[in-house]
Amino acid sequence: MPVLSVRDLRIGYRSGGRLVEAVRGVDFDLYPNEALALVGESGSGKSTLGLGLLRLLPRTGQITGGEVRYRAPGGDQVEATDYDVLSLEGTRLRRFRWSEAAMVFQGAMNAFNPVLRIGEQFADTMRAHAPEGRLGREDIRERAGDCLRSVRLEPGQVLGSYPHELSGGMRQRALIALAMVLEPRVLILDEPTTALDLLTQRAIVDMLQELRAERGFAMIFISHDLALASELADRVATMYAGRIIESGTADDLFREPRHPYTAGLIGAVPTVHGGALEPVSIPGAPPDLARLPAGCSFASRCSYAVDECRTTDPGLLMVTDRPAGETSHEAACLRWEAVRMPAMALQDEEAGK
Amino acid sequence: MTGAASDQSVLLDLKAVSQTFHSKRGALPAVRDVSLSVGRGEVLCLVGESGCGKTTTARMAAGLAKPVAGSVEFEGADIWQLGKRERVAYRKAVQFIHQDPYASLNPIRTVYATLAAPLRKHGLAGSRKDAWEQAAALLARVEMTPAANFLNKYPHQLSGGQRQRVAVARALALGPRLIVADEATSMLDVSIRVGVLRMLSKLRQELDVGFVFITHDLAIARHFGTGGRIAVMYLGRVVEHGRTEDVIGDPQHPYTKALLSAVPDLAPGPRRDPGLRGVDIPDLAALPSGCTFHPRCPLYVPGTCDAVEPELLEAAGREVACHVVAGQADAAPADDTREKTGGGV
Repeated sequence: MPVLSVRDLRIGYRSGGRLVEAVRGVDFDLYPNEALALVGESGSGKSTLGLGLLRLLPRTGQITGGEVRYRAPGGDQVEATDYDVLSLEGTRLRRFRWSEAAMVFQGAMNAFNPVLRIGEQFADTMRAHAPEGRLGREDIRERAGDCLRSVRLEPGQVLGSYPHELSGGMRQRALIALAMVLEPRVLILDEPTTALDLLTQRAIVDMLQELRAERGFAMIFISHDLALASELADRVATMYAGRIIESGTADDLFREPRHPYTAGLIGAVPTVHGGALEPVSIPGAPPDLARLPAGCSFASRCSYAVDECRTTDPGLLMVTDRPAGETSHEAACLRWEAVRMPAMALQDEEAGK
Repeated sequence: MTGAASDQSVLLDLKAVSQTFHSKRGALPAVRDVSLSVGRGEVLCLVGESGCGKTTTARMAAGLAKPVAGSVEFEGADIWQLGKRERVAYRKAVQFIHQDPYASLNPIRTVYATLAAPLRKHGLAGSRKDAWEQAAALLARVEMTPAANFLNKYPHQLSGGQRQRVAVARALALGPRLIVADEATSMLDVSIRVGVLRMLSKLRQELDVGFVFITHDLAIARHFGTGGRIAVMYLGRVVEHGRTEDVIGDPQHPYTKALLSAVPDLAPGPRRDPGLRGVDIPDLAALPSGCTFHPRCPLYVPGTCDAVEPELLEAAGREVACHVVAGQADAAPADDTREKTGGGV
């Protein structure tokens, strides 16, 4: 059973007296211990979606519809949980954030309070969000130290430091440690390694994989970097203009994309290993969310588009025989059967001439 | 032969340049003793992580910062010894493209005004009509056609890719012979990035412009630097320098190897753990002794690597600054120096 089930989630931003939808009806399930990547370019709605799941939208943002169902199995002394995150208020919402689901943002500098030592921030977070709220100083030190060591930081050094005294990579790891300290079942990471150097990024990605295996949390990894997503995620969902336009296992999506946009993105990334196919960019630019065209929002940039695409928005269609669930593959394209990788499509074209 | 093709065609020559910044924590040696050159129509990619000195090197190459030691020569003349007239000529011949076209384009100037300003300042456009026609031709060069659709637009009315193309068009206005591009495509979305790169490659060939191309992205360097050279920088020094194909396809320096194995890649390939001994990059204010990579290096040899800074020496058809690689080159053929030094095979 999924730990998180999102149905028809809609999120808008108020702009000049009107509401512009940045997330336009998103559905997905996140299973326990699964890594789901949300990939897309700027303006696709992926970060808004991440913030919306934890109800952390900025003041101009507003959830306008849908459901975010959170489920946790019961235990010896714990009742099973099953509620809509969108209905939570006050203390219950605060407890949900961090102790059930936590988020790591891109800029670790802004996520920490610059005038508090890292140790104090661990203590504050644990006191504010812990279910029982009665944590002793020793408890806090021990659990914080445990999390810091798991991201290869030395607690003795880090807990007494101010955020600016740490390097970018150390801050980002401290933030991941902070997100894990209350043992959430869902971890949302928004471009957690984008501002970091390659070797630091590699270390953090490897660490996240180990931590997920050890601690068993489910992970939503938001990124513009397809290659990183392909390494880290079990399942990948591509977002475009506020919707998920394709979702499937990482293997399915990157080997046999069925939406022309996913295929285009893959074909646009230059590679360092192997014989490189010439990367091909996608023509045009994403549509203005305030003035979306009728039909498929990708049609104006799509070489597969037919007349019907400009009038009909197909929604996600099943493109495998496998049953719905963790291994299904869906694409929002009427012509999914024809879709091929751009470089191969070019080769075919040339061979045909 | 890893230098530029021949002395005649050398455009830019960095001769042992260094740059030091001063901060509260002390002196920061951002670039130390870097020698690189670029020929006409040639591309040199500078790659490395933040703090490696690639941007500082680029700024010295473009005459935006004066080295504290060494010299920068353009077409044989030291750019900091130029007379007034030569200085104007140099300024026209070398153009810099910034990472962020939003910041580098004036938001209250139309595309036309942006492109016409340098033309008029240098007396290259006689009339408004002439300036308009030249601006339109520049837009055509960067594949923004029909130009009439763009000339009256403001930066905020353009997409990120279009803005960067305008920045490139402005750089082309004065007929440069060298373009220094600092992370010129890193802020662009994936789907349009290769379009801008391809346009730049085309300009290099058509206009015979040399490029110093700074990027942290090795895949971009491989793609844009095809047929050119790459210099890998680490903590202010060049650690490996050679033909793009050699450096990417068969890296020699352990740092280059680590970088390449760390790149997430869609192309399926064997991934080897770089085996680094440390995650964090050292502080410029407190550089490690000897080879500055030694605290992270999987090939670290105590007593050598932490004692003496390695020189950039010829090895495997390129230049490499590594004691272990240099030792291997002497005792060739050798597979793995570590094991050989460890137990007399």
